[in-house]
Amino acid sequence: MAQSSESSQISGTPIGKGRWHMNKSRREAFWGMVFVSPWVTGLLLFAAGPLIASFILSLTDFNLVKPEAVRFIGIDNYVHMASDPLVATGLLVTLKFALISVPVTMCASLGAALLVNSNNLFGRNIFRTLFYMPIQIPVVASTLVWMGFLNPETGWLNQIIAFFGFRGPDWINSVTWIYPALTLFGLWGIGNFMLISLAGLQSVPTSLYEAARIDGAGPWKMFRNITIPLMSPILLYNLVICLITTFQYFTQAYVLTNGRGDPDNATLFINLDLFHEAFRDNRMGYASAIGWLLFVIVLILTVIVLGFARNRVYYAGGES
Amino acid sequence: MSAQPTKSRLISLSDRGPVARSYRRFLRRASVTMFATITLSVFLLPLLFMVNTSLQHPDQRTVAGAPVYPAVAATGTYQGTTYPIYEVPMPDGSTRELLLIDAQRESSTFVDPNDPSAAPIEWQGRWRTLSQKWSFSLDVDNFTGVWQQLNFPRLLFNTAAVAVLSTIAAVVSACLVAYGFARFHFPGKNIMFIILLATIILPFQVTLIPTYIIFTRLGWNGTWLPLIVPHLFGNAFNVFLLRQYFMSIPRDLDEAAMIDGASPFRILRSVILPMSVPAVVAVTLFHFFFAWNDFFVPLLYLSGKPELQTLPIAIQQFNALYVSQPTLIQAAALMTMAVPVVVFFLGQRAFMRTVVTTGVEK
Repeated sequence: MAQSSESSQISGTPIGKGRWHMNKSRREAFWGMVFVSPWVTGLLLFAAGPLIASFILSLTDFNLVKPEAVRFIGIDNYVHMASDPLVATGLLVTLKFALISVPVTMCASLGAALLVNSNNLFGRNIFRTLFYMPIQIPVVASTLVWMGFLNPETGWLNQIIAFFGFRGPDWINSVTWIYPALTLFGLWGIGNFMLISLAGLQSVPTSLYEAARIDGAGPWKMFRNITIPLMSPILLYNLVICLITTFQYFTQAYVLTNGRGDPDNATLFINLDLFHEAFRDNRMGYASAIGWLLFVIVLILTVIVLGFARNRVYYAGGES
Repeated sequence: MSAQPTKSRLISLSDRGPVARSYRRFLRRASVTMFATITLSVFLLPLLFMVNTSLQHPDQRTVAGAPVYPAVAATGTYQGTTYPIYEVPMPDGSTRELLLIDAQRESSTFVDPNDPSAAPIEWQGRWRTLSQKWSFSLDVDNFTGVWQQLNFPRLLFNTAAVAVLSTIAAVVSACLVAYGFARFHFPGKNIMFIILLATIILPFQVTLIPTYIIFTRLGWNGTWLPLIVPHLFGNAFNVFLLRQYFMSIPRDLDEAAMIDGASPFRILRSVILPMSVPAVVAVTLFHFFFAWNDFFVPLLYLSGKPELQTLPIAIQQFNALYVSQPTLIQAAALMTMAVPVVVFFLGQRAFMRTVVTTGVEK
């Protein structure tokens, strides 16, 4: 039924009958633009437009309660930011966490991918599914579970540590242990990185391994000299995405202490600071400036990583 | 191969033939599988903790000596009164499970619950040093508690409605845009595709405030619209994944359909999409999980609207209220993750395969 109504619609359209006097390539260009137009619209409305608007806002003291009182204040927001202890804390906290979390996440996801790619593993698909699964757990829920698991009195982790005769730290309330704790939370998010690495591992031609084996290379040598170089574009992609998501860290920190940033501002990630400025203290101009700062940092980091990788990443297709 | 003939029994065996080789392969497989199983168990241990805690009676957590599994203190009745059961070491070296009917500091009186008519037993020693008897018991009151206090059906409906609507918007738009990029040549296409990929690294914070101001001015604050409308325009990840998949479909098919006079929409619907079911399923699930789990945007727009809230927001507020009651919190966490986890296990086949085969540009 639906088929017939649609085909009558189609016969009513002039396309394909050449009535618009368009040649083939112009018609193709027309349709191509029709199909990508939703994305172009979205780009203008939700990316490019707001990007420019937030830069303009960052030069004002805009506040949503009294929008008419907005003043242009030049680069005052940026000057203030340079001496704002909360922004410094936010950046430092984010950086500290990234230094622990990014390497651990990268290694764990590559390790998991190697494990579930192994020919020696029975039931590989079950393992893949189960290692992947926790990423689908809502972050709020997984944070609550991990908070319970790491609770010094009632959580299991410290009970297990105590079983081996050691005293576990008060993970959540310690300014040093909070970062390893949050890194543990983050292990449940390795799923996508693992799958992408897995796809990379499977795209390495087996003939290379066979040739290396004939030449007498051991597993480590093959991993170091074949797997890693051939997977480097994928590892690089994972690294960039991991860095970006770390700089957008918010939900776990918010759930942990209801957005307060405890203990002693150790979880005042830069994003949480931005949230406070914009939606608690209603300083939207200033918050826009922090947003732009983050944008520039992410941009610089990406450029550094890509630049660093230029000579070290191997592209099988030969593109640079 | 035979250079080291008797280094160890295993190697010397392996040199002799296929039986030993397959034995060695079995050992290797068993050890790798064992290692993976242990790693996975540790990895998922917090889930067991959650299930275990959520099924416990709140009081169990406060009693010293209580077992790890969900249990209640075992009791028995003696002459119409309920007493706790203790494991009592007897003078003859055996241990008996007895009702504590009269607790004194240095000596106590016990009764055998299986033989209440027998004379009470006077036991010398401090009863506080005895271990109490527990019996396995699942407590579902935590779940009913969360269900009632949170107006859970309402939250479930809100979350599902938002997730479904925004998933439809995201999948339809991503299919259209990906088709445009995969099958048509138009001026500026390559640069547009690069911009599309570049938007992946655009942090949401930098566009957040103008978007918030616009939505608030439009009167959309406190509605579902900010959670749905932005997904009508094709997300970069989804478009990229679908485009990769569409490009792997031979062009002959759509050219044949074109010669038959099918419009591009018709070709997308009748040729491309039926051949891309796994990729479409993967994108659908990706977005569904994203929408179900999203925290930041609902927090911004729905904080003050309990009747429109989604689960993650309500659960976070619930946690802030009941942070001292782990059994309730773990039950709430389990209830929040139930739907996405079940959906994931139902859809995981198509999902995992597509991500592994098309998720990466080679």
